[in-house]
Amino acid sequence: MEFTLLPLAILFTSLGIVPLLFALPERSARLRTTINLTAAAIKVGLVAWLSWRVSQGTIYGVGFEVLPGLAFKLQADPLAILFIALSSILWLITTIYSVGYLEKGPHRARFFGFFSLCVAATVGIAMAGNLFTFLLFYELLTIATYPLVIHRGTAEALRAGRIYLIYTLAGGLVLLVGTLWLWVMAGSTDFAAGGMMADIAAASPVQALMLFVVLIAGLGVKAALVPFHAWLPIAMVAPAPVSALLHAVAVVKAGAFGIMRVVYEVFGIHVAVDLGVTLPLAIAAGITIIYGSLRALTQDDIKKRLAYSTVSQVSYITLGVALASPIAAIGALAHLIHQGLMKITMFMAAGNLAEGLGVKSVSAMNGVGRRMPGTMLAFTLAALAMIGLPPLAGFVSKWYLASGGLDAGQGWVIALLLASSLLNAAYFLPMLHRAWFVDADAGAGAQESARQRPIGWMLSAPPLVTAALVLIAGGLANAPFSPLEWTRFVVAIEYRE
Amino acid sequence: MSEFASIDWLALTVFAPLLGAVASFLAPRMAPQIGFASLTVTALCVVMLAAQVIAGGPVIVSLGGWGAPLGLDLRADGLGIVMLGMTMLVGLFVSLGALDSFSAAREGEENARMRLYFWPLWLLLLSGLNGAYVSTDIFNLYVMIEVIALAAIGLTVLTGRLEAMRAGLEYMFASMLGALLFLMAVGLAYLQAGRLDFAGLAAHAGEPAMMLAFALMLVGLALKTALFPLHFWLPRAHASASAPASALLSGLVLKASLYILLRFWVEIFGPGSLIGLTVGLMGTGAVIWGSVQALRTQRLKLLVAWSTVAQIGLICVAFALADTIGAQTAWQGAVLLMVAHAVAKAAMFLAAGRIAQETGHDRIADLDRTHLRPTLAQFAFALAAISLIGLPPSAGFAGKWLLMEGAMRAGAWIWVVVAMAGTLFSVAYLSRPLIGFLRFDRAPDPVGEHHGWAIADAPPLMLAFIAAISGLAAVQIIGVLDIGAPFGPFP
Repeated sequence: MEFTLLPLAILFTSLGIVPLLFALPERSARLRTTINLTAAAIKVGLVAWLSWRVSQGTIYGVGFEVLPGLAFKLQADPLAILFIALSSILWLITTIYSVGYLEKGPHRARFFGFFSLCVAATVGIAMAGNLFTFLLFYELLTIATYPLVIHRGTAEALRAGRIYLIYTLAGGLVLLVGTLWLWVMAGSTDFAAGGMMADIAAASPVQALMLFVVLIAGLGVKAALVPFHAWLPIAMVAPAPVSALLHAVAVVKAGAFGIMRVVYEVFGIHVAVDLGVTLPLAIAAGITIIYGSLRALTQDDIKKRLAYSTVSQVSYITLGVALASPIAAIGALAHLIHQGLMKITMFMAAGNLAEGLGVKSVSAMNGVGRRMPGTMLAFTLAALAMIGLPPLAGFVSKWYLASGGLDAGQGWVIALLLASSLLNAAYFLPMLHRAWFVDADAGAGAQESARQRPIGWMLSAPPLVTAALVLIAGGLANAPFSPLEWTRFVVAIEYRE
Repeated sequence: MSEFASIDWLALTVFAPLLGAVASFLAPRMAPQIGFASLTVTALCVVMLAAQVIAGGPVIVSLGGWGAPLGLDLRADGLGIVMLGMTMLVGLFVSLGALDSFSAAREGEENARMRLYFWPLWLLLLSGLNGAYVSTDIFNLYVMIEVIALAAIGLTVLTGRLEAMRAGLEYMFASMLGALLFLMAVGLAYLQAGRLDFAGLAAHAGEPAMMLAFALMLVGLALKTALFPLHFWLPRAHASASAPASALLSGLVLKASLYILLRFWVEIFGPGSLIGLTVGLMGTGAVIWGSVQALRTQRLKLLVAWSTVAQIGLICVAFALADTIGAQTAWQGAVLLMVAHAVAKAAMFLAAGRIAQETGHDRIADLDRTHLRPTLAQFAFALAAISLIGLPPSAGFAGKWLLMEGAMRAGAWIWVVVAMAGTLFSVAYLSRPLIGFLRFDRAPDPVGEHHGWAIADAPPLMLAFIAAISGLAAVQIIGVLDIGAPFGPFP
């Protein structure tokens, strides 16, 4: 017995309000905020209910045929829940932040319309029951995020938008070809625990190998795998809440999540290992991790430094998937959530620095800790978590990844993670040092940070909330319904033989 | 129901608009009313006919009671219904747009002439289009393409501007040459086979004279479809006509000749792979050349017109797959692409017309320099672009998917690459105006989001919206399309 209503309702909470948001006149700010927050809150409630029911064994799914033999299919499996839970909670928080951030700014109707569409796309990506449906939402995500990236409408924003569009649409096209090829080759694009490529991989391994490469290349663009990563640091010209969402849940996560689906549920982890594709993928992820961190070291622009850090951190997920060990998989999945919480905190904090103090570069961060203690507290917590300080969230994912590396017999992973953590420390600690321990009037950026503007609670509270979540996700990692616990539930399914 | 079944919906789809054309010509003051009445009747006929076909399979009517080869058979199968439906959908919305564009409230001699002649010409065109989709013999088709050409040329020159006249003359030249070639082919085929109906001709397929006839038809129809390198007349003709006329010319008129080519291909001649390859290569040339020109042009309407050249080229790739195992899928894709292009391109021309009307110009480079932003028209343009590019869940996506699937099943990766290139090209040229819409730092005054809402914004918006989401109904469209197995039995 399948229940169909709940997945559709969850999709509808963000998709259904899109026309409403577009049609609303620019000046009806209060009504727009009410609609946004109500929908976001309802969605969190529905997702909570869905998670509870799915953990009790209820199966949710809905599907209808779109092209001959190919269905539009949504299913709420545990892996999907992991991603929807992240996106629904962060949507609520980011909506509050956006309302504060864009107060009295232009084009708010357009902004919130596309913002909602973007969240709807992530929900679809999470619940897609086959690669075909995944592709539909993957492309929708591109369309929905483009107007957000270029929201300011300046020459710089448009240039960034063009690069963003070239990368993501080309990636989408490659994924389309891969999906089509999978359909022609296997006669199905369904996600199934354990995969469905076993027979084909045995019969024609070369084709299966090429298919894997095409699919991963298509997904790697959004996941910002080197050498497809260049769009991400450029796209940070977007308004702060957009960057926050892009880096935490929407775009990069869609890519990482897709890689997960392809490895686990299209090919199946055992088939992928037999094809010999997992080690190269792990190495590609490893290169990305180190490269991103190295580039982050030299960035003076705060958001750019954070963006390169994302390039590095998101590949932890890919690494964990590619190590083909259940323990590493737990690390990967947990990091999907943890990285989201950490990175959204940091981007919102960076947005606050820019809004409240006009601070946009690392060299201007001197003494900001005393001037915006709440924001910097959140930033500090998230940064320490990124570095991997116990008991924060980042430590938990790194711990499992490292153990997974040993479990998979890949000792180099330990060295990689150590190097990455050192690099994380090398680019985050100077920021914290400047913020807390250097006087405001010292240093080159003193002029830049001269002005101060009060920011409302809508800007100051969200990063504190997400920072608290970082603390909770790490500290209470073993509590029921923590990301880690849910992750174990998922991995148990994916690795079932 | 029984008395409804006795009504000849099939013949009415052709004669209702024809009567309307005559009536609106005779009573020009009442033209819009007569036009809508006749459109409504025609739409009803199409709906009833579609219901008949879906319920009971292809409908065949012998006019005058004699069947082929002596008399005139009209037939509606799945393919015909899809084309009729497409024509009706686009036609209704464009008519709504025309109602506003040419309303009596707008001043000017040009406008008065349009009000006078638009409706008779458009209804005549509709009659010809519907006639083409239900014809089963090649002479009848010849008559229909002449009717279509006559009306289409009239619509092209309707503005009366010099550039439109020139473009119309070029169009007339191309169109007459095409029709002449077609007529020669008809004569040749009749001499050879002694019959004019599809089934009778199909029995003689493969004979040298028939192949010659087919070659003549191919060239003639390629001229009318503006298939590269015979596209020379299209961009100027489509760019200089009024917006509703452009929408009809680009959305519907080209599809008729493309449809006839497709019909002949699958039902009569079934030519060899070499000719298929040639058409496919012509299509590839169109994709490249049309896109390059769309990237270079300075005017919005020309860009939209050049994109038509490229898009038609992409559809023609299906012909290269006609004798492979991917044929069925590729044909389905081609028809879906035709429908998608008709709907989206009509929307795009109407939207471009609205943008030009509101901002006072259609220079792409200056779209971002105006503080007036006709938001709804721009939004419609963007939605239509989604379908033309082929992003999900648009009809364009579904069509492209099937076309590429056909190519992949046939192992013909080259056509997959052509489709991918076409997609990337379309992103490149369509993003030129889209970026202009979204750029604000070059406008001299603060940019206003809503520059009034007009009734005329509704048709492009509705059409674009339909194009953008109808990919989700692709399986239903294909279900109708396959009635009567127009592409032969499934292998």
